[in-house]
Amino acid sequence: MSAATQERSTEEAVLPRPAWGRHLIVLAVLTVLLIPLPLILPPATQAVAVRVLIFAIMAVGWNIMSGFGGMFSFGHAAYFGLGAYTSVWLLVNHGVSPWIGMVAGMVVAALFGVAVGFLALRYRLKGAYFALSTFAFAEMLRLLAINSDFVNRAVGYNVPLRREFSLAFMQFAPGAPEYFWMALGLTVVAIAVSILFLRSKLGRFTVAVRDDEEAAAAVGVPVMRTKILTIALSAAITSVAGAFYTQYYFFIDPEGAFGPSVSIQAILPAVIGGVGTIWGPAIGALVLGPLNDITATLLRNPPAALSFLQGRAGLDVIVYALLLILIVLLLPQGVYGAIRERVRRR
Amino acid sequence: MSLPERSGPPDAGPAPVGELGDSTAESPRSPVRTTRRRPSWALPAIAVGVVVVAVLLAYLRSGSTDVVSQAVVTGILVGGVYGLVAMGLTLIFGVLDIVNFAHGAFLTVALYITVVMVNRFGVYPMLALVVAVPVMFLLGAAIQRFVLAGAIGKPLENQLLITLGLALLIDNLLLLFFGPNPQSVKLPGDTAVPIFGAVTTVSRLLAFGVALVLAALLYVLLRRTRLGTAIRAVAANDSGAQLVGIDTRRIYMTTFAIGTACAGAAGVLVAPLVTIEPTTGELFNIIAFVVVVLGGMGNVVGALVGGVLIGLTEQLGALLLPGQSPLLAIFLVFVLVLLFRPQGLFGRTS
Repeated sequence: MSAATQERSTEEAVLPRPAWGRHLIVLAVLTVLLIPLPLILPPATQAVAVRVLIFAIMAVGWNIMSGFGGMFSFGHAAYFGLGAYTSVWLLVNHGVSPWIGMVAGMVVAALFGVAVGFLALRYRLKGAYFALSTFAFAEMLRLLAINSDFVNRAVGYNVPLRREFSLAFMQFAPGAPEYFWMALGLTVVAIAVSILFLRSKLGRFTVAVRDDEEAAAAVGVPVMRTKILTIALSAAITSVAGAFYTQYYFFIDPEGAFGPSVSIQAILPAVIGGVGTIWGPAIGALVLGPLNDITATLLRNPPAALSFLQGRAGLDVIVYALLLILIVLLLPQGVYGAIRERVRRR
Repeated sequence: MSLPERSGPPDAGPAPVGELGDSTAESPRSPVRTTRRRPSWALPAIAVGVVVVAVLLAYLRSGSTDVVSQAVVTGILVGGVYGLVAMGLTLIFGVLDIVNFAHGAFLTVALYITVVMVNRFGVYPMLALVVAVPVMFLLGAAIQRFVLAGAIGKPLENQLLITLGLALLIDNLLLLFFGPNPQSVKLPGDTAVPIFGAVTTVSRLLAFGVALVLAALLYVLLRRTRLGTAIRAVAANDSGAQLVGIDTRRIYMTTFAIGTACAGAAGVLVAPLVTIEPTTGELFNIIAFVVVVLGGMGNVVGALVGGVLIGLTEQLGALLLPGQSPLLAIFLVFVLVLLFRPQGLFGRTS
């Protein structure tokens, strides 16, 4: 009894009073402000907004494992792809609602994360080696999917069209505001989970292990269990993005599910927004999501200086890449991290 | 691989030849973990044993010696080139501690240099080396000096992300200027050559031979010259090297440039063998990572041996796992090595 109270008091003494409540209130206000957005935006812009939200979910998931947990994952495509494939496989072969498929995908991705994480941590892979192992597992899933009849080989899946639109099967008229609301809902839940995660005992353990593993272990933090649970949570969140992506674009194939570019898409928003911050992934997604369309519009009617680029592909990724390099070099804490630092210093 | 770990105990057994520094092949595992001492030849012997078993299994599976000897010959020849690619990567890792995701993109740049020289100016493909190697050397030096130097001493992820950004940048610049259409380079007089009961081509033999010569040159450079000694000194202990008057910044730049030049040379050599697209290098990058880990990060000779082993894995894997991509076998080996032998075949546990 006395030990418990003592523990509680030291805990409060060490940790500054965090602003969880404030984060949740900001999230709620933002949600309310964003709900009418699809009624104002033209359909093309709404598609960009949905893409931003998908990026945000992926990056929020990545950020939990790699930002708060400090375990750099270069293979989040594995979880995204498992979410996508589990839900679409259940839908196509058994007519299961994608919502249930989404939950099943979360479970599958989390289990895969636990297995892979256990292997990597059991053999004490760190740093570059850990990152390379996550990459290898994602690539193995991609290669297996390409060559397995079980999941239609390289062809992948088309989502079957339904005769009537229904929320239960996540299908609406193209460009319907419901898509945006679903994506918004999932993103808000993901961000709320990451806020609550940081607040929870698991989250505090995770940050403690990231900052000093030996010290955390010495004061009794179950290091292995903490890391594995963090990986599972991260995998589950990213898998939701995969399941929704498939329903929104009506299509998934091994490259789009498990390819290295998917892993990069999970990393970039978090890095640009701010690794290990609550709002970083969402802000990064807001920067990255529209880039593709901006460069595409630019190339369709290029200014005179760029006229030789008309009809060429690749400019959007060039801008991503430059942003990535510049942000890592000049703003290693990301956009949100830098702003927060500036505000705190005042 | 944090800095304090890098000054490994010098008395942990005879140093394998060609290793960059004392400790570059050290394990990322906790140093507390004790393992049984094995004689230094045990692991290479096991590796050879595994290869022999794989060859036998491949024979049983396919039932034809021709198929197997074809796989072995092709595997070894391709493996030499993989080794050259990986040598550059392992050098960069050993000295600069950077996981370089842009290595494959550098190789692609050299592929396109070869395309332009051969298809535009009608040069003999191997002569493109004369242009590609210096150009890639300078490009590597410039990138290290102006981009990566700012990230030295920063967390590993930062450097990884910068090289990833470079890779995306280079791939897509090539896509922008050359378009997505696949290109190819023809070697004049590229005929089939029978060798050890298998058939190969002049271009493959040439690629293998030149790769070996370049690997030998690199080895001599590292072992026999002042520059090589300085590079190895920085790899072993950079602050120590600085104390004895080595300009570490210059060594970082030179090493990265040499590593990039290796990728460039490999690009010219494989140009007649592959379909040239802006993303061709990605595959080589992945394979080079596997080879580097297999050979021990920072171990140049290990990279060459690892390259041959991975070349064999790719070819025999295609026989052993029919219907699967040959890359799957490579990744299986990769994961097994990462988990059970992260310091590579020739590294020591400390």
